[in-house]
Amino acid sequence: MSGFVRIFEHIKTLAARVLVTSAALLCAVPAAQAGAPERVVSMNLCTDQLAMMLAAEGQLLSVSRIALDPHVSPMAEAARDYHINSGQAEEIYLMQPDLVLAGDYTPQTTLDMLRGLGIRVEVFGITSSLDGVTTQLAKMGRALHRTSRAKAMIADFEARRAALAADRGKRPSALLYYANGHTSGEGSLAHDILELAGFRNAAQEAGYHFGRKMPLEVLALTDPDLVITSTPYPGGSRAEAVMAHPAVKALKEGRTSTAVTDHDWVCGTPRVLDAAARLAEVRREMTGAQP
Amino acid sequence: MSRVLAPLALLALLLFAGSLLIGPAGLGLAESLRGLMQGGDSPVTLVMREIRLPRALLAVMIGASLGLAGAAMQGYLRNPLAEPGLIGVSGSAALGAVIAIQTGLSASFALGLPLAALAGALLAVLLVMALAGPRGTSLTLILAGIAVSALAAALTSLVLNLSPNPFAASEIVFWMMGSLEDRSMTHVWLALPFMIVGMALLATLGRGLDALTLGEDAAQAMGIHVSRLRLLLVLGTSCVVGAGTAVAGAIGFVGLVVPHILRPLVGAHPSRLLWASALGGAVMVLAADIAARVILPDRDLKLGVLTALVGAPLFLHLILKLRKERF
Repeated sequence: MSGFVRIFEHIKTLAARVLVTSAALLCAVPAAQAGAPERVVSMNLCTDQLAMMLAAEGQLLSVSRIALDPHVSPMAEAARDYHINSGQAEEIYLMQPDLVLAGDYTPQTTLDMLRGLGIRVEVFGITSSLDGVTTQLAKMGRALHRTSRAKAMIADFEARRAALAADRGKRPSALLYYANGHTSGEGSLAHDILELAGFRNAAQEAGYHFGRKMPLEVLALTDPDLVITSTPYPGGSRAEAVMAHPAVKALKEGRTSTAVTDHDWVCGTPRVLDAAARLAEVRREMTGAQP
Repeated sequence: MSRVLAPLALLALLLFAGSLLIGPAGLGLAESLRGLMQGGDSPVTLVMREIRLPRALLAVMIGASLGLAGAAMQGYLRNPLAEPGLIGVSGSAALGAVIAIQTGLSASFALGLPLAALAGALLAVLLVMALAGPRGTSLTLILAGIAVSALAAALTSLVLNLSPNPFAASEIVFWMMGSLEDRSMTHVWLALPFMIVGMALLATLGRGLDALTLGEDAAQAMGIHVSRLRLLLVLGTSCVVGAGTAVAGAIGFVGLVVPHILRPLVGAHPSRLLWASALGGAVMVLAADIAARVILPDRDLKLGVLTALVGAPLFLHLILKLRKERF
């Protein structure tokens, strides 16, 4: 029964897509401002989200497969409405895009091939700070010719950020502890989220500035007020087993609160403020402060 | 006999202490010992009891297992090239462990992990022995070992590549090279029962292995049941190698290097070599694990890298020596 419903839903979205496409062809109305790209394909999880947030109706054609994974993609639901690409030059070329959005980790050979075929490619770097989020929004706004929407989003982002920053009180220490014992210090988006939520980054104080590996022993001696681990993937791995090591468990035990990083922490989009807001809630619980 | 055992035991003890005192946290000597002995909730106690102690214990347990298994296999097959890592037993144990982790068996049933690794090891021992035959030459033994190791390594990679977990594929190195980084007391308790059973089985083999040096017929005439001896050897090796590999990955060459170095010191008696090799194996793995921490403190250098750096040249030397003897 549910299978039948799903097939029916699928046919419905297909029909809708055909309608939209044919309507666009018939009227040939530009999706946004004049000269704006009309068939945009995104190949990177983070550009997927920025594009979904900013693109005009019908402007974004395809997002990457990883955008469907709720583990890392906060917009997995929304991503279902688009074609899905696996990041291969061949399939992307066949979509006939007029703009391809890629990330720093997209293979250079793929991008060279697409450029060689005459397709415009915009590469977005890794966001390593909260200020970087506004830069990314502005850049995506320009790429999609949606600058006014981007401006509005940036204004909203800055207002929410200022509100979070204004909420000051006692600053407990926290430490991010990811798979393989990696931590985040200054110069990373996660560090900025932590500070915005009103925590001191204990990794920073222990001298771990970049996304460095912190030995379990050092974590135990640092003894932070809060250890924030990441949500483990299904299937199990030794890399993530370290987050369940008795020494890490002992650090989490007896603490009032626990926290994990989730899909809102992955990309430099306004979603990071949701992560910071949730973390600030944890801090208020820990310190007993009123919001 | 005790001329060899006593210094080895002393060396193992010193290295065990070294393993407890060396680490990235840079704790002082007095502070570390106080943390270890006094207990309580302090972070130093946590480091000593939950991080360094299991690491040192596992190095001893796994080293002793591999040394003992190597000496026993070499005694039974009368072939100095027989070693759990080289003939694919460790690799197959790793395959069993990886399957247990990826299917969720190890999460739903605590003993699932060592049992699956044990099954993998058992299968490999039986396969290699069947392929090489009861009186297999070095060539057939090594060829059978290569085939089994290659298959186990390929299947391990396949399982890890198919995993939904993006970190799993990068752990192929761990399963093939072995490491004691960030292991806990849970792993000690998981491996210990199987290792005790396996070592007890292997320890009973001494007299039989001594008799076997005179040939199978002579051994049978002396009242040794060769088929029973083989069964005990297979079970014992699978237990110790399976349990060790389940928690620390496949560490190669220990069972090859240690008996080879100790054989001239204890004389040509496989029974004496068994316990000496167990101690020697513990010494080698403890030393390798300390070296891994001292050479590259933040990098988790794999133990198998160090043991292979020592073991592979020795392996070549053994092959050359065997060739000279034969021709």
